[in-house]
Amino acid sequence: MTTATLNDERRIRRISFSHKLARWDVRISPYLYISPFFILFAIVGLFPLLYTAYVSVHQWHLIGGEGDFVGLDNFFFVLQQPQFWIALRNTFSIFLFSAIPQVGFALVIAAVLNENLRAKTFWRMGVLLPYIVAPVAVTLIFSNMFGDQYGLVNNALHTIGIPPIQWHSQELPSHIAIATMVNFRWTGYTALILLAGMQAISRDMYEAASIDGASKVRQFFSITIPQLRPTLIFVIVTSTIGGLQIFDEPRLYDQFGQGGANSQWMTITIYLYNLGWGQLNFGRAAAVAWLLFLIIVLIGLLNLAITRRIAASSDVPAERKIKKAKVAA
Amino acid sequence: MSTSRRTIAAAVAGAAALALVATGCASGGDAGAGADEKITLTLATFNDFGYTDDLLAQYEALHPNITIVHNKAATSNDARDNFFTKLGAGSGLADVEAIEVDWLAEMMQYSDKLTDLSGSDVDGRWVDWKTAAATDADGRLVGYGTDIGPEAVCYRSDLFAAAGLPSDPDGVAALLDGDWDNYYAVGQKYVDATGKPWFDSAGATYQGVVNQIENAYEKNDGTVIATENPDIKAAFTSVLEASSTLSAHLGQWSDDWTAGLANGSFATMLCPGWMLGVISGNAPDISDWNVANVFPGGGGNWGGSYLTVPAQGKHTDAAREFAAWLTAPEQQLQAFTAAGTFPSQVATYTDPTLLDATNEYFNNAPVGQILIDRSQAITVAPFKSVHYFPINDALQKALTRVDVDKSQSIEDSWNQWIADVKALG
Repeated sequence: MTTATLNDERRIRRISFSHKLARWDVRISPYLYISPFFILFAIVGLFPLLYTAYVSVHQWHLIGGEGDFVGLDNFFFVLQQPQFWIALRNTFSIFLFSAIPQVGFALVIAAVLNENLRAKTFWRMGVLLPYIVAPVAVTLIFSNMFGDQYGLVNNALHTIGIPPIQWHSQELPSHIAIATMVNFRWTGYTALILLAGMQAISRDMYEAASIDGASKVRQFFSITIPQLRPTLIFVIVTSTIGGLQIFDEPRLYDQFGQGGANSQWMTITIYLYNLGWGQLNFGRAAAVAWLLFLIIVLIGLLNLAITRRIAASSDVPAERKIKKAKVAA
Repeated sequence: MSTSRRTIAAAVAGAAALALVATGCASGGDAGAGADEKITLTLATFNDFGYTDDLLAQYEALHPNITIVHNKAATSNDARDNFFTKLGAGSGLADVEAIEVDWLAEMMQYSDKLTDLSGSDVDGRWVDWKTAAATDADGRLVGYGTDIGPEAVCYRSDLFAAAGLPSDPDGVAALLDGDWDNYYAVGQKYVDATGKPWFDSAGATYQGVVNQIENAYEKNDGTVIATENPDIKAAFTSVLEASSTLSAHLGQWSDDWTAGLANGSFATMLCPGWMLGVISGNAPDISDWNVANVFPGGGGNWGGSYLTVPAQGKHTDAAREFAAWLTAPEQQLQAFTAAGTFPSQVATYTDPTLLDATNEYFNNAPVGQILIDRSQAITVAPFKSVHYFPINDALQKALTRVDVDKSQSIEDSWNQWIADVKALG
């Protein structure tokens, strides 16, 4: 390089320019490579978030548009509505009914799929099948099946002598019915993510554990679950966010889509929708949106802390076990 | 050099991604369609307007350059949500949007977002009150009337016969002639004889009652009187008390209700003209539905719709022409034949097509003559302003809580409705 600088000025310049470029490249390129995400996020994530905050402190009509600045009045109004608290209760109830069984079933399914099965790909694709079905179609079919008087489920219950369950008019049954739709759609998907996590676990551990005489069940609890920690955290956090934002299923669960006559299955997002599009009051709807956002952040953090602790505490015996296994080997 | 080229490539890719995002939102605005330019007109309706594919194909045949796309929403509520969202957003509405009389008043507040449709070609086409309701303070006509909903009573002749009641239309008309108490009393007889429900739901029956009250929820100056109005409280209580023994407890428009139309779970239901199409569509295999020329408490109008042309559309002129054609007497008569949507166009009332119209599904009932008679029996034009729809919607929920869900007493549900109405403000 030095000889070239001495011999030819043009070359020198070109080299020094490309030198500069190379330096910029090193410095700036990484940011450029990741910038599309952040630019997109700013447009479709950050801007709506801040704009919603702006709307939430104003009187705002869906068609009439911006009105007076009202400070936190919209928030106070919403927090004083019993409907808001009912919606919060429903959301959590549906979320618990869907998230807990879903992760549980998915773990079991993933563990089974992780074994040496014949026609592996067939089974793995099979569990993903419900995920491909459009949520609207799932909901229409399920809400028909869960009809109070002439639904398939109640007819089946009737034939085995169980009195019909009021799937729409009572709170708990309606939550279970909606959670069933969510689970139907998402369990397979979650199972595949967990399966991917399981496949990354070193086979050596299982081998060592087998030599140690650990049963399959013992291996599952002492190796698989602790090793799945990052995947489990991911699954639980995403299913929490999804669960708290649940909309399609409750919206299509009856003919009016407002969460039932007594708000039996009105979730926060349905309440938001009723305020914004039913009453055309965007200010209040935006306040609900922000409250929901804060709740999700809060639950997300809580979730993370709990999951960490659980996974960390169950880590200890597993590590000991592995050490032992290694010593034995 | 190769590294710098990559830098540029990355920058270009980033810019391209941005450009994609930016253009994704912008719609290709292309105004002013010539007579021969190929255009697509979208039409959005709900329930069943009787606009069959055949009818729309006729228009396409008359205008070879126009393609019609028809989108149907399931309920008027869905259509309303969609309408107001997109009216507010300023884009996304169909070229011709159907709206229902119950939320017409809400929409009239934003009449400047709709195209003025008045013109000499449509003067005097509709009954006066229909046109007056869709004309704003500046005299702009923003909606073309489609149908009105004069109400009769539909009944299952086989179930009436089984209960030992007269089952021919004239006999039933004589039996039910009278006020609501008479309707409930006959119902009680039917229930005593058969042990089966008399009508479909409290919600639907209440709709018949409330449409006979002139100022149900608002005074003519717009003051909300809903919760203090003794007529409403009386209607609410009486319908629910009757429902406790007479109702099939089916929420109107629910899956159970649709199934009930076919499986004989109730013997009568209130029948505005447009309901005929709903019944025959949902219970095609039943041959015993009939319609009687009678309505409790005199006459009543339930629903009825308009076609509007949102100003945000790209082809408003073509859309106006299309809406005018669809609501012309000849086409409305075809819609009536298809779905029983009773015309609001005066010229049709002397037209033999309507006068002699019979409905094969309803055992050849002379539905044209019946509905003309029923429309003449209407004496009250209910006042419906901006608060009507949300208040009535909340009241329907209150009825559902008692009648369908059975989760509250009449009194509790009434009190919750009062709280709901307050929360609307």
